[in-house]
Amino acid sequence: MVDTADIGRTFPPHSAEVEAGRLRLFAKATGETRAEYLDEAAARAAGHPSLPAPPTFAICLDLEMPDPFVWFHELGIDLANVLHASQSFRYFAPIHAGDRLTFASRIDDVFQKRGGALTFVVKVTDVTDAKGARVAEMRATIVVRSASAPNPP
Amino acid sequence: MMICAFDAVNVGDALPPIMLPPLTRTTLALYAGGSGDHNPIHIDSDFARAAGMPDVFAHGMLSMAWLGRLLTQWAPQENLREFSVRFAAMTQIGEQIVCTGRVAEKLERDGEWLIRVAVTTANHTGEVKLAGEALLALPKDQGPFAHELTGTTIGISVADNGSDNGPKARVRT
Repeated sequence: MVDTADIGRTFPPHSAEVEAGRLRLFAKATGETRAEYLDEAAARAAGHPSLPAPPTFAICLDLEMPDPFVWFHELGIDLANVLHASQSFRYFAPIHAGDRLTFASRIDDVFQKRGGALTFVVKVTDVTDAKGARVAEMRATIVVRSASAPNPP
Repeated sequence: MMICAFDAVNVGDALPPIMLPPLTRTTLALYAGGSGDHNPIHIDSDFARAAGMPDVFAHGMLSMAWLGRLLTQWAPQENLREFSVRFAAMTQIGEQIVCTGRVAEKLERDGEWLIRVAVTTANHTGEVKLAGEALLALPKDQGPFAHELTGTTIGISVADNGSDNGPKARVRT
């Protein structure tokens, strides 16, 4: 089971390309109707080099690996007991179709509440572009219920 | 899109809300594909029931994406500096979600004029599903030309946009 000894643990970086078709599907799924998020020419007319990735899209590409939940397994966390508690992003540069992003994650914090019934794990992911410049930072807090705990917060 | 100026924005101002249609399984299937989050708890009713849920429910990140739309329809996305939410309750099939935002604070940081916007998604009874906040950088005032801020120059380019009523102002740092 995950504990404070896991703070500072890092995971191997991985990379993925921002694909225009994927951005269009994401836009459709989220109800986006503005042309600059759907149409390449409209995006350029709006001042973008290509289709822009919406604010939360980067986290989707962090799932682009053979087993996106491998870090749960490595920390001994049962997926069935996990809930996403909070999520945050910091933005340093825009992301567009055609960009190749690299994701490097680390465990930033582990703490418990309710006498150990709930364990909170904070994973921070640096997102960098092909030149190595940081474009975003993502911070995910997940809560793990111990088997005996009743309900999450 | 015309961007609001920092000086013209007041704490308490509301962003134009987004009212979504009742949540469907189709939307969840599309979001699973678009996001790459294929967790069956969101797309397979049999799996969800076996896991003790009444039915499939929305990906938390789908709701956060709706809030992203709320922000980027009000200010250009490149003005977004930070965006965070906590997931308070599950969004169920058939629920009609409203996304709202309200200016909670005005501040200056690192030479930028920023507003903190409190955002929520809630169902028709007002039950909050997601609550969070965003930091947006705004031009100090409405002038169409470059602004000198503390240590930073923000250039605003104005371009015609046939589909809009006014000039299109974008802030680039």
